[in-house]
Amino acid sequence: MRDIERPGDRQPPLSPQLALRVAVFGGMALVLFGIVLFRLWYLQVLSGDQYVQLANNNRVRDLAIQAPRGNIVDRHGMVIVGSRQATAVQIARDRLPPAGPVRRRELTSLGRLLAITPAEIRHTLNKKVNVPYANVTIKTDAGERALVTLAERQLQYPGVVVAPVYLRRYPLGSVGAQLLGNVGQVSPHELTLPRFRGVAKTGVVGQDGIEWSYDQYLRGRDGAKRVQVDSAGQPRGKPLTETPPIPGHELKLSIDLRLQAEGQNALAQGIGLAQANGHAADAGAFVALDPTNGEVLALGSAPTFNPTVFTHPQTTTQFNRLFGPQNGHPLLDRAIAGLYPTGSTFKPITAMAALQNDLITPTTPYVDTGCITVGREHRQFCNAGKAVNGTLSGVADALRVSSDVFFYSLGERANPLPGEVIQTWARKLGLGRTTGIDLPGEQGGLVPDAAWRRQANALEIACRKRNHGRGCAISGDPSHVWTTGDNVNFAVGQGDLQATPLQMAVAYSALFNGGTVVRPHLGLAVDDNLGRLVQQIEQPAVSHVDFNPVNQQAIADGLRMATSVPGGTSYEVFKDFPRVVYGKTGTAQHGFQDDQSWYVAYAPDPKRPIVIAMTIEKGGFGAEAAAPAVRLMLSKWFGIAPKLVVGHSKTL
Amino acid sequence: MNSTPIQAGEVPGIADGRSLVLPFDPLLTLGAIGLAICSLVTLNGATRGLVAGQPLFYTERQGIYFVLGLGLMVALARIDYSRLRELKLGFYVLLNAMIILVLVLGRAARGSQRAIQLPFFSFQASELGKVLLIVFLAAVVVDRSRRLSERETTARVMLLALGPAMFVIAQPDLGSGMVYLVVALAVLFVAGTSWKHFAALLTLGVVALTIVLAAAPAAGVHVLKPYQVDRLTAFLNPTDNPAKQGYQQIQSKIAIGAGQKTGRGAQSTQTKLNFLPEYQTDFIFAVVGERYGFVGAALVLSLYALLIWRTLRILTLAKNLFGALIAGGIVAMLMFQVFVNVGMTVGIMPITGVTLPLLSYGGSSVLTTFLALGLLQSIYVQARTSAALKGRVLRF
Repeated sequence: MRDIERPGDRQPPLSPQLALRVAVFGGMALVLFGIVLFRLWYLQVLSGDQYVQLANNNRVRDLAIQAPRGNIVDRHGMVIVGSRQATAVQIARDRLPPAGPVRRRELTSLGRLLAITPAEIRHTLNKKVNVPYANVTIKTDAGERALVTLAERQLQYPGVVVAPVYLRRYPLGSVGAQLLGNVGQVSPHELTLPRFRGVAKTGVVGQDGIEWSYDQYLRGRDGAKRVQVDSAGQPRGKPLTETPPIPGHELKLSIDLRLQAEGQNALAQGIGLAQANGHAADAGAFVALDPTNGEVLALGSAPTFNPTVFTHPQTTTQFNRLFGPQNGHPLLDRAIAGLYPTGSTFKPITAMAALQNDLITPTTPYVDTGCITVGREHRQFCNAGKAVNGTLSGVADALRVSSDVFFYSLGERANPLPGEVIQTWARKLGLGRTTGIDLPGEQGGLVPDAAWRRQANALEIACRKRNHGRGCAISGDPSHVWTTGDNVNFAVGQGDLQATPLQMAVAYSALFNGGTVVRPHLGLAVDDNLGRLVQQIEQPAVSHVDFNPVNQQAIADGLRMATSVPGGTSYEVFKDFPRVVYGKTGTAQHGFQDDQSWYVAYAPDPKRPIVIAMTIEKGGFGAEAAAPAVRLMLSKWFGIAPKLVVGHSKTL
Repeated sequence: MNSTPIQAGEVPGIADGRSLVLPFDPLLTLGAIGLAICSLVTLNGATRGLVAGQPLFYTERQGIYFVLGLGLMVALARIDYSRLRELKLGFYVLLNAMIILVLVLGRAARGSQRAIQLPFFSFQASELGKVLLIVFLAAVVVDRSRRLSERETTARVMLLALGPAMFVIAQPDLGSGMVYLVVALAVLFVAGTSWKHFAALLTLGVVALTIVLAAAPAAGVHVLKPYQVDRLTAFLNPTDNPAKQGYQQIQSKIAIGAGQKTGRGAQSTQTKLNFLPEYQTDFIFAVVGERYGFVGAALVLSLYALLIWRTLRILTLAKNLFGALIAGGIVAMLMFQVFVNVGMTVGIMPITGVTLPLLSYGGSSVLTTFLALGLLQSIYVQARTSAALKGRVLRF
């Protein structure tokens, strides 16, 4: 290097042209270096913080760890609803290619792989969610082949991840479908409710039925982990932080699984019987209660469904196809939300009202001539089929043969009395308001009276004014005021009365347990996942009504004779039944539709008494369809060989 | 100035009793070794997890390439580059033969192929082709040095470069094809081709680009593959299509930006977690930026500046036109590759698949660059020798 300083050294002459061109090269290099350095300065020094954030977001992802939901078991510990681990194919929306042909191609290919249409995927993707970038499940239980393909070709399916999830398992299929309800991702609205406080934004909660009522026990608490992921979204290495999930508790129901299954079978058989009789029966419901404490032993509704369908994502169209009117609204739990006139099953309530208010004594005789004429309108009310029952020795005899005329006369005599005696007793025994069962969606029904009619008429008139004369279906005829005839109809469970099978079961329980109006309930206890009791669920009775034991005995005698004495409305069904059964048939009339078959029964037992209410829409007479179905349930409950016995009593 | 007469082609050892004459340009060598060290350090930090069970897979291999390359450079420095003029035709035939062979093999393999699979490493013909083309074009221009003002000379040189460039682009290796054309322009530029010719070439180029990128696709003829067009235009708006072409550039910018002033070192995640694809080759500058920050990136850039400055200096020292033209071609090759590659990683240039000389992992790229550096050393040594013969001592 010393050469540099040596004086006198001369460079070879450089042509001016070459010097210029080298200078151009040099200048270009200078400018380009300047640009790159400036750009680096801008990226690294001026906006470095922002890029650090981007890089960190790139590598860290917060993943929810789903907590396994608690099992739901029956009173003997048999699993009704379990949880199972499954794989879900999910889409991480933020990692999906932007809308356009690339995304379309990916979704089409994915759809082919998973045997779903791209439209279904898009539908699922477009659903409203709480967390904009939370993964959306598009398919659960994808086949092995699909999962292997997805794992092998991660780069071909950007934004598609396969994640483990817990799904509900229903080992008995449709058994208890409506009462169990279903689970689903918590909705934005639900998150604002106090009952879902503490639920993760991507959490799964009970949406209906027991799953909804006892969600806070069943759901557990989701865990979370923060993981480092690579560019394919796959976790790398150990989680940075991890909060383990807390599994949900196990819920023990008062349901007896065998009775529940038999109830659904019996209901189906009853519907079958009615159809064989030429009726258009297609729906029905039943409730079995322990009358002493309100524990629900079985509760079902037809038509039913297999709740397993809820474990797979479905579109609105699919949902409507399964649960729409053409399938008879299978989601509707008719046992608690089906509002019906109850037919003659209401008569014991009328009887109790009349006895307690001294309209009659238990031994007041009555001559049933087949018809009576009632009120100022001189309307004639007759027995079903114009039957003439002759001399009845008392209220028990009237209940045995289900004499309509007997109870019509009570309705007629009660109407002018102050205090609406029959309505009052109906309400006392739990009608006209919800029973308070631990299920969502219960209906309170209606105990009709003069005040109700006035109010309905006023509303109808106001509504028609707004609607320029068109009817509003609040009241069919707003000029129709409450008449004696209305009360006569009401006294036999027809007309405007609306009650659920559950309410009838509660009312009969009160009649047979000495007046305790129980709060029917399904939840018995909550256990942790090691089987230790966490909480005993206490459901105090709603109220207590006092009635004279003599009156109660008269009604019980009537219902006992109905099943055991020739001429009793359900004698044919129960004559060879080896247990004591108190039962009342009912046949509710619906205008031009087929009659609705009802049967409510009480079977005493020192350890396991039971009340069963059964109804079959468009099923015909009570003895034809509902009573045989109740016999099947009682047989199962008491371990008696089942026998389908059909009655022919044509009473209402 | 009493210097011992030295035969042309011999390496001057000690020129005289007082001054030590190195058999190579020290600063050029320093720059090359500096970049090699940067490459090894970066690869060692970033690629440990890439090959399971072999944390040093890339570092070791790159080290071997560097040793081979340095040997190649030293060997080349000892021969007189002027003799290569005689081999010009052989070079051109070899260049085209290699490229066409790759193309044919690629067709047979039903897909893109840029390399010839050799037992030890896959040999990328288009890389070696760059140096072969520089020497060949320089020789052609020297042969016609008295007819430089003729349009025919310019046209001939450009067409001779265009041929292999098209073959390389068809491989498809767009980046190398562009290097070929840039090199041809640079050789003409240094030779002194008239500005008018360049203006005409520029016009022609613009027309050709318009046809290739706009007119021909509209007419249904796709000269460039659609992905190449995407890559060329994605940098204009990377967020348009973050999943495809824009993705790499976004990730590269995130990596570099996250490096901030002094880098994230072992905390670097963009590369470690594969957010940045091909980071050991085309996107290695992003790795440098993330791991070593502005300081590291600026160091690497200054080493390139050193390299380019020395090449320009050697250009001016060259004892003959042939040497000057070779140096001119090489300086253009280096500048183009450095700025296109670095520009691509910082998001101001399209993605063209050009490697970063000496820094990117890869035998073909490393050896080709050392071949070019060897030629420069030879030019430098020859310049000193001839200066000594003429009784002058060169200044750096």
